[in-house]
Amino acid sequence: MDMKERMKLPRHPMPEQDPKVRARNFDEVPLGYTPETAKEEALRCIQCKNPTCIEGCPVEIDIPGFIKLVAEGDFLGAARKIKEKNALPAICGRVCPQEDQCEARCIRGKKGEPVAIGRLERFVADYERSQGEVSIPEAASPTGKKIAIVGSGPAGLTVAGDLIKLGHDVTIFEALHKPGGVLVYGIPEFRLPKAIVASEIDYLKKLGVKVATSNVIGKLKTIDELFEEGYDAVFLGTGAGAPTFMNIPGENYNGIYSANEYLTRSNLMKAYLFPEYDTPIVKGKNVAVIGGGNVAMDSARTALRLGADNVYLVYRRSEKEMPARIEEVHHAKEEGIQFHLLTNPTRYIGDENGWVIGMECLRMELGEPDASGRRRPVPIKGSEFVIDVDTVVVAIGTGANPLIQSTTPGLDTNKWGYIMTNEETGQTSREGVFAGGDIVTGSATVILAMGAGRKAATAIHKYVMNK
Amino acid sequence: MAAKVLEKEQLSENVFKLVFDAKKIAKKRKPGQFVVIRIHEEGERIPLTIANADPEKGTVTVIFQTVGKTTTHLSGLDVGDEILDLVGPMGKPTHIEKVGTVVCIGGGVGVPCVYPIAQGMREAGNHVIAIVGARNKDLILMEDEMKAVSDELLIATDDGSYGFHGFVSQALEEECIKKGKKIDHVVSVGPVPMMMAVCNTTKKYNIPTIVSLNPIMVDATGMCGACRVSVGGKTRFVCVDGPEFDGHEVDFKQLIDRQRIYLDQEKESMDHYCSCKQGRGGK
Ligand SMILES: Cc1cc2nc3c(=O)[nH]c(=O)nc-3n(C[C@H](O)[C@H](O)[C@H](O)COP(=O)(O)OP(=O)(O)OC[C@H]3O[C@@H](n4cnc5c(N)ncnc54)[C@H](O)[C@@H]3O)c2cc1C
Ligand code: SF4
Ligand code: FES
Repeated sequence: MDMKERMKLPRHPMPEQDPKVRARNFDEVPLGYTPETAKEEALRCIQCKNPTCIEGCPVEIDIPGFIKLVAEGDFLGAARKIKEKNALPAICGRVCPQEDQCEARCIRGKKGEPVAIGRLERFVADYERSQGEVSIPEAASPTGKKIAIVGSGPAGLTVAGDLIKLGHDVTIFEALHKPGGVLVYGIPEFRLPKAIVASEIDYLKKLGVKVATSNVIGKLKTIDELFEEGYDAVFLGTGAGAPTFMNIPGENYNGIYSANEYLTRSNLMKAYLFPEYDTPIVKGKNVAVIGGGNVAMDSARTALRLGADNVYLVYRRSEKEMPARIEEVHHAKEEGIQFHLLTNPTRYIGDENGWVIGMECLRMELGEPDASGRRRPVPIKGSEFVIDVDTVVVAIGTGANPLIQSTTPGLDTNKWGYIMTNEETGQTSREGVFAGGDIVTGSATVILAMGAGRKAATAIHKYVMNK
Repeated sequence: MAAKVLEKEQLSENVFKLVFDAKKIAKKRKPGQFVVIRIHEEGERIPLTIANADPEKGTVTVIFQTVGKTTTHLSGLDVGDEILDLVGPMGKPTHIEKVGTVVCIGGGVGVPCVYPIAQGMREAGNHVIAIVGARNKDLILMEDEMKAVSDELLIATDDGSYGFHGFVSQALEEECIKKGKKIDHVVSVGPVPMMMAVCNTTKKYNIPTIVSLNPIMVDATGMCGACRVSVGGKTRFVCVDGPEFDGHEVDFKQLIDRQRIYLDQEKESMDHYCSCKQGRGGK
């Protein structure tokens, strides 16, 4: 195909489950490219000499490099190329905000649509997995250094993968009974199948990473005790897991959840399969979800799949300010989520048994830009109205969980409780202790957590080898 | 962490004691703390107070009443069986300090929870009065153990079949306060209505009272807020901020309501369990 023809190829849409059908099941929404579509989409990439897409990628994947291999049909080669920089492509291909990263910088997006880099990444990773056993590289000769990683989210997993390949003895300590962090307890099955996360963790285990689940560090043992046990360095990748509530009257009524609880019940505990699984969840008919991020979208779409008649997404700003990925907003709308924008709850109304039955809201208008650069929502006086609800999910953000910070003397945190580090190395104020991911930045993204993990792994390697 | 059952004992019709092999937790735990258990892959996570632990033997003891599917399943385990997860020690330990005379009140299956607290209070040099209550004589738990860690022991039964005839709160008022005993501190653990009654009594006499709360939990690490409860008008997470709080500040009505969120599903789960069990052994 010559360049002219390649320039004419339109961006290939992602085949998806029909919105009506998928709104009632937990199967994955996008179905993935076929090898033919992938090859054709790959031909849209013009192999720039100075690829700007790479600048948009937090871990600097050789994007034209892997896309070229896809175009040539060497899908396994493409997978290897991506994995030089990104150990978890099946996950990133699904959950990265490519529209703000690589694809936002793709030259083809200047006139027309960018190359579907994320979809190609996903295709390549899925292809590799479908080929059965992923090959295990030969073990590096042991260094005799022991590294403890606290938290098994994307940050911790990245550090583990990098350090085990360098020959260190690596143990991940995870508070929950399943490793994966937000990837298993937060992001729903229909967006990120748990089997994919499990296979990535199996791969790490095969490389020799030890995974100690149900180990709450700070409770069962402190960071100092880990050093006493002979660990040479500790990485903290504990995430930003503490839920935030609005502190408005009635917020503890039955039927009102934090997004973390709602999603954890459904995803980690598989409450959507109750009573085959023991953990219950309130299956509301009229569900309001408060917030405008990915977490709010995931909660709203989960509510629908649990059988709600009406799911309202209540957000105090306008759609333009929503932090959620465009694709997720689009999916949510297609599935029938009802958006109540410029609306903010002020109190809940309950019945005599303590169940929520209504939510009083105020209408808002946009004023001057605030510190985040987004226009500040201002309440309109006297605009109160009530929405009938039987379930509410509060998805307005999370904060730092103080379990470790409060039991580790000398570990500096900022005023929000996040751990302070050297950005380039992840080094904390305590010798031998490194940190990265959401526990440093506050809730961010999977890829940024992985990027921080990569930097920390390099610094940890240097630190333990010079010790 | 998986954990093996080392000992099992049935204490009354619905109350069981299990001793688990859990060396690390046994070494770390302090009075007032709890563990979270998950029996099998499809299982839920439930919190249980650590009734006792032996750091030398590396064992952790829990005592529980069969109230739903998970506790029923747990009661069916035998010595040698393993559960998938035993997590802990969770929660803040009891604040133990020498204050003078401390009354430690346990009602029903609250007794095993108050036992380590009484033990700690006594070791700290307090004069410990224990009040152990239940509906009737057969349901009184750990009488000998409680006797061993207290200076005075009072038994109260609702039906008068043993000891004081009435509730523990009445025993506290009639047998201790009104008899002129100077009480500096009360710790009360048991069913919510019982803790409420105790708090109503001690409030009248201005006696500081600590209660240990048992809301529904999921992760027990402060990540979900399932366990939240209003204390002094502020929302607190029982799993990390508690489980012990100033009883005079707790919104007990809210706690009771929140404990009942899944009443219907709990029944459904139990029915499902029983029908599965009849069919093919159950999970
Ligand atoms: C519902 C939801 C949807 C999201 N969607 C997207 C998306 O589409 N795209 C995207 O890029 N990002 C998304 N994010 C954000 C992204 O998931 C996070 O930024 C990322 O997971 C952070 O990774 P982490 O490794 O820092 O921590 P986490 O993934 O939070 O993992 C931390 C782990 O540490 C464990 N831990 C905490 N304390 C302890 C302790 N004391 N001892 C032992 N273990 C401990 C926790 O149990 C947890 O497993 C989403 C987040 C949520 C909640
Ligand atoms: S910017 Fe776009 S066209 Fe250029 S190399 Fe990157 S993906 Fe290909
Ligand atoms: S049980 Fe989840 S925060 Fe307490």
